[in-house]
Amino acid sequence: MGTPAFDEIMGPPEREGARGELVDLCHWLQATPAEELRRRQEAAETTFRQLGITFAVYGDSDASERIIPFDIVPRIFLAREWARLSEGLIQRVEAINAFLHDIYGERRILKEAVLPEDLILGNAQFRPEIAGIRPPHDVWAHICGIDLVRTGPDDFFVLEDNARTPSGVSYMLENREAMVRLCPELFSQFRVAAVDSYPDMLLETMRSVSPRGCGQNPTCVVLTPGHYNSAYYEHSFLADSMGVELVEAADLVVDDDVVYMRTIAGRVKVDVIYRRVDDDFLDPLVFRPDSMLGVPGLIAAYAAGNVAIINAPGNGIADDKAIYSYMPEIVRFYSGGEAKLPNVETWRCREPQALKYVLDHLDELVVKLVDGSGGYGMLVGPTASAAEIERFRAALVAEPHRYIAQPTLALSTVPTLADAGLAPRHVDFRPFVLTGSKGVKVVPGGLTRVALKEGSLVVNSSQGGGTKDSFVLMDDAKAMTQTMGGMTQSIGPDGMVQTLGGADLTREVR
Amino acid sequence: MLSRTAASLYWLGRYLERADFIARLVEATVRLDVLSSRPAGEAAWRSALAVTDTEAAFEASGAPLTREAVVGFLITDATHPGSIVRCLAAARDNARAVRTALSREAWSAINSAWLIFDRRVSPLDSVATLGLVDKVKAETRGFEGAVHRMLRNQTTLFIRLGQVIERADDTARLLDVKYHLLLPAGEPVGGTVDRDQWTTILQTVSAVTAYRWLYNDGLQPANVIDLLLSRTELPRSLAGSIDETVSILNALAKSLGGQGEADRMARGRHQRTLHTRTGDVIASGLHQHVEALITENDHLHAAIGRQFKFN
Amino acid sequence: MRLSIDHRTTYRFSEPQARVVQLLRMTPRNTHDQIVADWHIALDCDARITEGQDGFGNATTMLYIDGPVERIDLSVTGEVVTSHSDGVLHGTLEPLPARLFLRDTPMTRADAAITEFARDVLGEEPGTVAALHRLNRAVGERFTPARGRPEAGLAVADAFARETATARDLAHVFIAAARACGVPARYVSGYCDRHDGDRPAPHGWADAWIDGLGWVGFDPMLRLSPEEHHVRVAVGFDSVGASPVAGTRMGEGDECLDVAVNVTREG
Repeated sequence: MGTPAFDEIMGPPEREGARGELVDLCHWLQATPAEELRRRQEAAETTFRQLGITFAVYGDSDASERIIPFDIVPRIFLAREWARLSEGLIQRVEAINAFLHDIYGERRILKEAVLPEDLILGNAQFRPEIAGIRPPHDVWAHICGIDLVRTGPDDFFVLEDNARTPSGVSYMLENREAMVRLCPELFSQFRVAAVDSYPDMLLETMRSVSPRGCGQNPTCVVLTPGHYNSAYYEHSFLADSMGVELVEAADLVVDDDVVYMRTIAGRVKVDVIYRRVDDDFLDPLVFRPDSMLGVPGLIAAYAAGNVAIINAPGNGIADDKAIYSYMPEIVRFYSGGEAKLPNVETWRCREPQALKYVLDHLDELVVKLVDGSGGYGMLVGPTASAAEIERFRAALVAEPHRYIAQPTLALSTVPTLADAGLAPRHVDFRPFVLTGSKGVKVVPGGLTRVALKEGSLVVNSSQGGGTKDSFVLMDDAKAMTQTMGGMTQSIGPDGMVQTLGGADLTREVR
Repeated sequence: MLSRTAASLYWLGRYLERADFIARLVEATVRLDVLSSRPAGEAAWRSALAVTDTEAAFEASGAPLTREAVVGFLITDATHPGSIVRCLAAARDNARAVRTALSREAWSAINSAWLIFDRRVSPLDSVATLGLVDKVKAETRGFEGAVHRMLRNQTTLFIRLGQVIERADDTARLLDVKYHLLLPAGEPVGGTVDRDQWTTILQTVSAVTAYRWLYNDGLQPANVIDLLLSRTELPRSLAGSIDETVSILNALAKSLGGQGEADRMARGRHQRTLHTRTGDVIASGLHQHVEALITENDHLHAAIGRQFKFN
Repeated sequence: MRLSIDHRTTYRFSEPQARVVQLLRMTPRNTHDQIVADWHIALDCDARITEGQDGFGNATTMLYIDGPVERIDLSVTGEVVTSHSDGVLHGTLEPLPARLFLRDTPMTRADAAITEFARDVLGEEPGTVAALHRLNRAVGERFTPARGRPEAGLAVADAFARETATARDLAHVFIAAARACGVPARYVSGYCDRHDGDRPAPHGWADAWIDGLGWVGFDPMLRLSPEEHHVRVAVGFDSVGASPVAGTRMGEGDECLDVAVNVTREG
């Protein structure tokens, strides 16, 4: 879309030279020949292929497995940027949990008319089947992936919430592995927050929400649709790195409202299930009577409080497109304050004034069907033909409640290795937020997706998107520093670093 | 361990072992055909099909009984389940289903073996065939190495159980198909063809050197039979496989704290092999003896499935 | 009125099943107009049985039966004391907002014909007692009562095109028509001692929401609101959601189902 965009390393379009804190990265990019970068990038991709970090492309006749392209140039968040983002993410995820708790319980938010009742009740993602069930420890959205876009140094916007089964965390971890191996020099230049504790954090989250009375050592499992699923690598990777069983529906049985897995030595009770299957395929007795998939009785066990399901069934109502535009209201309702992370500005065409604005500015806006998916039923004003615009105008007038509109954003860019050398490419970002019984944690990193085609804003892996590592700097310079004689004590985000009598003798205290 | 996981590990072991066996069989047959002083021709390739139980499938393909056709059929032909490529695909499929139970190294070996064949279409000459076969053998060796470096737990035990059950079946079939070469009726013994044939058999079970170590009096049919049938020192002998089956099942029983019908069956089989003399077997009929072993092995396979609730 | 209910369900499998898990919605709850005096669910085989409640407020029973199972005899017996209520519900457990029941399902999706029929009958003020009674009668009069068991999975649009209809199909037509005009409606499964079929079966009718009154029952088969002759057991978006049994089995072969219901008045 040609609009000059903010580059996360080089700064705003009008600026000469890199942003102050990132000069070192710029030097690294200049000092490392493109062929060398390309060699390293290919080495990383070879490793991914060998490890089988692949995804299946639906409808591909040769049924080949592909890897998602990896770009060697990292994307960097400064510590202060990250601190602000984290606050916003925690606030948003806490609101999502509070919303789910309310909407499947008292429904205060409807009674106080903060949200239109029909928006929830008429939405297929609101699952009356599980209304009234309280998940163990009242945690609903244990694992959230919040998709963000950026348009300037301090301008982050939430594009989408993922409160069902967000994927991509394995890429965050594998990309980091590759970067440490292939570009070790970057890690001595920058103090990058570690992401490799993610599996431990996830397991801790799972254990923390185990039903009461299952002891110190609850049995946790990852439930996958099976190894033909496109995200199977991630399912197995997570189970593997947590040291828990990876089960399929057929491995589980429910008896007397208790879930067991079938093992070579008989049945073993299961306490916490991290499921990577949709609600529809959890329990054929409750959700899809026509389906033979799923675990019959699972919802009965869940309702009886004998098993924790991560994320909770019914979460789709929190990350639905129709609900998205109300997230600022939802955050305000449950947190009592304004959303620290704003939404992308959204006009709800169900509201007459918004509709009027949208109809007057159709050539500038992106118009989306709230119940559409995968880019169907979408108008991109600036590139649409006059006929298309008129078709949408008619549709909007006929059924305004089915549409929302947003401005076309100039997404930030990051230098990326293209065929002709380094070039700016648009990116988005998915950080991962974990909620257990002891609170909310943001993993210092995430998945950066990059649109590899010049000018493209489409970052989806199925449509030519790739990934990058995402560095979160620990930013020593900003750490609290105290000098006492020859001894410096600084407290950084990851604990305490003690320096005795000089820089050589460094001991980390955690 | 999940029953489904155990089943996949077991099948993974069986398929990889079979892929490895076919690779060695093809390698030995190519040598027999090309390198021996008198080309062995059709008969050699027909017996390779017989050993792998793929004669009917090959006939159905309509291809002529030539080296190129049989080699392609046994290595890269994905249309029937008896080819290396299909065995590796099945092994990888099972490995994917139990990805979490394997070490990265073990998984990489299986994946690399599978990648050897990814999108390969060109026909194979002898050199290319041997090169390909070497790669398969190298990857399966890499896998065995990786398994040995994994924790000695139920995971490796089920893989090894699959391997030894498959190994017993493969060696038995090899003996059965080649028995008329080993026990020639009225033909001059010790001629060139026979030497090459016997060498082929020994190569297929990687036992050329072992034979020299164990027997000092040159290639003798009875000794070859004895080696394949009764010498526990040779891992690919029937006695070796039977012996190892018992110790693997014992280790599983120990870790699970209980035994079942497969344990009893395997121990019974082991007891009988201890009292079997090669001379008696040759006298009373090798074919019948080997056939009985194959059937018994099938029964043990089924008993393992029941005992560990594979289905 | 004191109603005695005897509901027997027999499953026969052509092959023994390794496992059967069933969710039953077969237990009526007390309301102002319906007191459950006595109620039993009995099985002829070993099973673990647990009680619960679903999101709609229905009482549920889970059955976990280990195989091999070739036959299951499920017997539900009890006595319920009912009183006259003009169809208006009092004291039912209502965990969900009424407007949720504007949602359609594959079995209750109105087509153009049903929508037109609904607009004709319900008129300008669809959500009133008078309009909904008109609809109840119109649905009942439109069809000849069908003999036999309802056809599994029959969508309401297809049912509407026929001349005969079962109690279930009539209720579906009523529900689809009411929702098409913006009136929340739901399916009720239960028992009734007045039946037009050749043999008694589990009965089904509809509830519609009337502002100011609340939920009101309508039985298009009888062309009346349910009174003391009806025993309410479960509600749902459609007959599948309110069905007495949802079950899964592990095993090959076919199943054959036999249902016998006997509802008698005890005076």
